[in-house]
Amino acid sequence: MGNPHKFEATGGAAVAGREAGDAPSGSPRVQLPGPDDRATGTNSPTVNIRHSALVRGTHWLTTLAFLALLVTGVEILISHPRFYWGETGNVRTPPLFTLRIPSSRGTVPTGYGYVLPDQNGWSRYLHFESAWVAVLTGLLYVAFGFWKGHFRRNLLPAPSDRSLRGLATAVARHLRFRRPSEEEAWSYNVVQRLTYLLVIFVLFPLIIWTGLAMSPGFTSVLPSAVTLLGGRQSARTLHFFVSGVLVLFLLVHVIMVCLAGFRNRVGAMITGRLTTHKE
Amino acid sequence: MDQMSRRKLITAGLATVAGASGLAVAAKLAARYGLIPPDAGTLYGAGETLTYAAQRLLGRHALAREFAPRQISTYPFANAVDPLGDKFQFLQQGAFADWRLAVDGMVARPALFSLAELKRFPSSTQITEIACEEGWSYVAEWKGVPLSHLLDIVGALPQVRYVFYRSFQPDWYESIDMADAVHPQTLVAYGMNGGELPVGFGGPLRLRVPRQLGYKSVKYITRLTLTDNLKKFGQGMGSSAAEGGYAWYAGI
Repeated sequence: MGNPHKFEATGGAAVAGREAGDAPSGSPRVQLPGPDDRATGTNSPTVNIRHSALVRGTHWLTTLAFLALLVTGVEILISHPRFYWGETGNVRTPPLFTLRIPSSRGTVPTGYGYVLPDQNGWSRYLHFESAWVAVLTGLLYVAFGFWKGHFRRNLLPAPSDRSLRGLATAVARHLRFRRPSEEEAWSYNVVQRLTYLLVIFVLFPLIIWTGLAMSPGFTSVLPSAVTLLGGRQSARTLHFFVSGVLVLFLLVHVIMVCLAGFRNRVGAMITGRLTTHKE
Repeated sequence: MDQMSRRKLITAGLATVAGASGLAVAAKLAARYGLIPPDAGTLYGAGETLTYAAQRLLGRHALAREFAPRQISTYPFANAVDPLGDKFQFLQQGAFADWRLAVDGMVARPALFSLAELKRFPSSTQITEIACEEGWSYVAEWKGVPLSHLLDIVGALPQVRYVFYRSFQPDWYESIDMADAVHPQTLVAYGMNGGELPVGFGGPLRLRVPRQLGYKSVKYITRLTLTDNLKKFGQGMGSSAAEGGYAWYAGI
């Protein structure tokens, strides 16, 4: 797989004058004249901007919001760890499936001899406040991504990768847990690109939609938000499954960051600078 | 400091000032148009205000979904309530003939309605879903008198902003804004699924607020008080849910 962005290296000097958001994703060895270079001096290791300030800011805001949504979502879930399909469902109706966990409400038959403390008040408050943070951050990120070409340049697979063959090669490399080359540290491979696009444009919209479909106020304004999903309880069940996929993404994402070099990659997402040691 | 960072600093400074004053203006306007919920001052007030304001701006008059008769749940469910006591049992033995609903506060003509009187008013029937914050739900047909009809009878004063309502259970009280109070689907309900409203489901009288979660549809209501300020009610928010750590506005 070649570097899909080598054409940008020539534009490096022109790009450097803009915001960090436009930092080229390829060609780390092109020395960009600009404030970022001064910090490093001329000797190795070479340091450049890997992630723009906006990507870094929205990444960590989303991380915070997501973790809050996850913890509070679990708290809300345990007040009724039963799932249904269709419009309605309660302890008097057969569930689609039940999670074998204790509940925070005595009305739910769980088989456990105890009831967990009720945490729904603050959990619901924080869940919806974090949802606002996630949605507003996401809107800012998506607007920025289209405006500045972040999606086109950094996330859309390169033309050479838009084939099953190219994809298969990348997946195979991925599955062998091959440590990424230095070149790759500067851009995403096709598997990463497709995964991020899936999370940003499919999973996040789905989790928001299925969440809103449970709001009696919102569905009064837009009834099709819930009817298209097959009813309120279907929306709740789908919300649970989409969260599961997002948690899976989070786990794989963190594992991959660890494999690729935790300090370096997390550092790049905090400071924007990726340190690559010359060999 | 070079040209570049100075320009950045000035831009950032101006943006901050513009943002802050924009927020201040937005807050003034929001308060004026009733877009700030009573629990806006809490830790989660920002999220609550965004939700409440967005829904009041987008769907003040929106109607809750209604269902076909075949969608009425065969097995509705209601959370158990604490024992209602001897007085309630006494009223129940008399078929609630002595149950009274008081309507007072900022009204021209305070009134006391018996169940029979309420049933003589023009009724409204709806098949709507009641969803608990825990996650479960059921669909039922509810029959009652629209709250807006009672507000007309007692002559609600123009400055009224909330209706505060109390249950026979002393620890249960809630409040709704005027958007919900005058909403055509907000009922003082006395019937369910073609019969009397069962005690387990809030009979003889339950305030049905279908655009919000179940905990706003308080059971056994005895008194409605119209007010322009909830600070005097309950522990300051006029809502046992909000004072117990739950959102005041349950439209989510």
